[in-house]
Amino acid sequence: MSSLSGWGRYPRIRGVERLSEDLESITAGATLTRGLGRSYGDSSLPPEGGRAVAGSRLADRLLAFDAETGILRAEAGLSLRALNEVFLARGFSAPVVPGTQFVTLGGMVASDVHGKNHHVAGCIGEYVRSLRMRVPDGRILDVTDEGERDLFRATLGGMGLTGHILEVELALERIPSPWIWQETEPVPNLDVLVDVLRAAGRDWPFTASWADCAKSGPTLGRGFVTRGRWATPDEARREAPRMRERLAVPFTMPDALICRPTVRIFNSLWHRLHARPTSGLAHPQPFFYPLDGIAEWNRLYGPSGFSQYQCVLPLEDDGRAYRRLFDVFVRHCGASPVTVIKDCGAEGRGMLSFPKPGISIALDVPRRGARTQALVDRMNEIVIEAGGRVYLTKDALTRREHFLAMEPRFAAWNEIRRKWDPDGVLRSAQSVRLFGDAP
Amino acid sequence: MNAVLVGATKGMGRALARRMAVRGDRVFLLGRDLLDLARSAADLELRGTGAPVGFAHLDLEQPEGFASALDQAEVALGGFDTVVVSAGVFAPQEVLEKDPALLATLLSVDFTNTVLLCEETRRRLLARGGGTLCVFSSVAGDRARKPVILYGAAKAGLSHYLEGIDHKYRNAGLRSITIKPGFVRTSMTAGLSPPPFAGEPDAVAASVLRGLDRGRPIVYVPGIWRLILGVIRWLPRRVMRRIGF
Repeated sequence: MSSLSGWGRYPRIRGVERLSEDLESITAGATLTRGLGRSYGDSSLPPEGGRAVAGSRLADRLLAFDAETGILRAEAGLSLRALNEVFLARGFSAPVVPGTQFVTLGGMVASDVHGKNHHVAGCIGEYVRSLRMRVPDGRILDVTDEGERDLFRATLGGMGLTGHILEVELALERIPSPWIWQETEPVPNLDVLVDVLRAAGRDWPFTASWADCAKSGPTLGRGFVTRGRWATPDEARREAPRMRERLAVPFTMPDALICRPTVRIFNSLWHRLHARPTSGLAHPQPFFYPLDGIAEWNRLYGPSGFSQYQCVLPLEDDGRAYRRLFDVFVRHCGASPVTVIKDCGAEGRGMLSFPKPGISIALDVPRRGARTQALVDRMNEIVIEAGGRVYLTKDALTRREHFLAMEPRFAAWNEIRRKWDPDGVLRSAQSVRLFGDAP
Repeated sequence: MNAVLVGATKGMGRALARRMAVRGDRVFLLGRDLLDLARSAADLELRGTGAPVGFAHLDLEQPEGFASALDQAEVALGGFDTVVVSAGVFAPQEVLEKDPALLATLLSVDFTNTVLLCEETRRRLLARGGGTLCVFSSVAGDRARKPVILYGAAKAGLSHYLEGIDHKYRNAGLRSITIKPGFVRTSMTAGLSPPPFAGEPDAVAASVLRGLDRGRPIVYVPGIWRLILGVIRWLPRRVMRRIGF
């Protein structure tokens, strides 16, 4: 029995993580399967009570690859980092990558991850061809959009609650080189940032932006927009990019390290560092996974842990909602050193997937008890009013009533889930908190 | 190198096989479960330089099958110069004390049958003028310690044997390499609480491969365990009786 937690190190739940190369055997009777534990909140954790979750990360074999079609079949515990190591140099990339490569294929499917190309490419689920799953009654099935459409679509973004994902078949994207051509453009405030970001999305496959939200007033949301594409063979370096050795945060820092004054200093430096437009060849690792360069960076947030608040807001109301959101955040003494803003494209196949057309905002929130809860509650009210929703993979603090108000899709998804799991075998701490599952 | 790997479907053996395949070594897998071997062979082919990876059945509980397994490896590889044995059985001391059948299996697999496999390999490598025999023993074989008495006894015997053939046959071209892992985070140790200095399989595999290339007779992984065991070997009995390590 040990204590399990997600990347935000809150909550911590007593449970057992069964680890084996043989994912089929350890998923039998397990409450949930988790991968590398990079979801921030409680979505990879079992309900309280010392239950066993299967850990997929040792089941990491490549099973088949067709260089003609780019279709890869692999065990669900394969990490994106391993995939990159093998395939980038051979001219293939995962078609969608999240902000860290320390995630498993199964986890990417369960979260239906999105990335810098969401505005054109959608979520990873659009490229999943087939899933081998242990469904809640214990059988092992191959699930496709043609075969078991309801289960397939409920599993994309289904937070691992519709069955244990054992193998994933995914269409990789052919790339001209493994390097990136990148441009950055500084922006003076939030409104310009959103305009520049959306304009960049018309011509560029990869876009994202970073905003300084420690300062209110006219410079709120100053920052920079990054846009990029795969470099052409002429632009790229000859050698394949090497995944870099990593620095590590050696131990847990005090809670007080990340507070408003330090975040202000950090953000000002960061802002100054990006004060000029740049363009040039970039290494894919810092481009796609800027924080992977620092191992165990979650220790910066101290023993109390932190949460990431990520929501998507439709832009129909002309962006008033995101300004309200930032006002609330700043007023509640929020101080996020990394605020990432990204425009999202259309919804995909996943029934419960996070993105929808609009602007996604991700804020790091150090956990400070009731104050943090009040902040999340207040932000959620704004999100509900604007017709947005939060990303379950990041969430640890949303209330059930708020979640239900955001998710008119929940009932339909849960109906399919109940069809496959009438006894409620698969559960997570998050599904108990948000979906009303029995603890 | 042309290497036969016993136990490459899991843990440190899997990580080592991947590193070997990536740098272009030819490998052939031996193990108990043919379906599992096929999956590992596919993984190594895809990660590696594309050379086909063969496999055949070998069960460390059935010494009568050793010769034919090695025959198949020889045919597939066109002769081999390296054999790596990372397979073995592990169970915690409390479990072994209560389960004589499991204990018998562990002792015969980790000592008797591993030595029999090494002897079969030794004869073949010497017949072709030498080669490398790399076997995973354990730091548990360096000093008797309360949590690993029975497992450690088998590994002590194995280390002793490997040292002996190094003394006798190194000049004839047979390099015997004893790998002594400390605590490494694998499925074998899942469920145990890791001590400080626990290693990761891939980092361990990198050290093992370096040791293999240089022909080091003993490789501690992670390297810090050489120091730790250096101290523990010198602790007097009255201290060993008192501590739980």
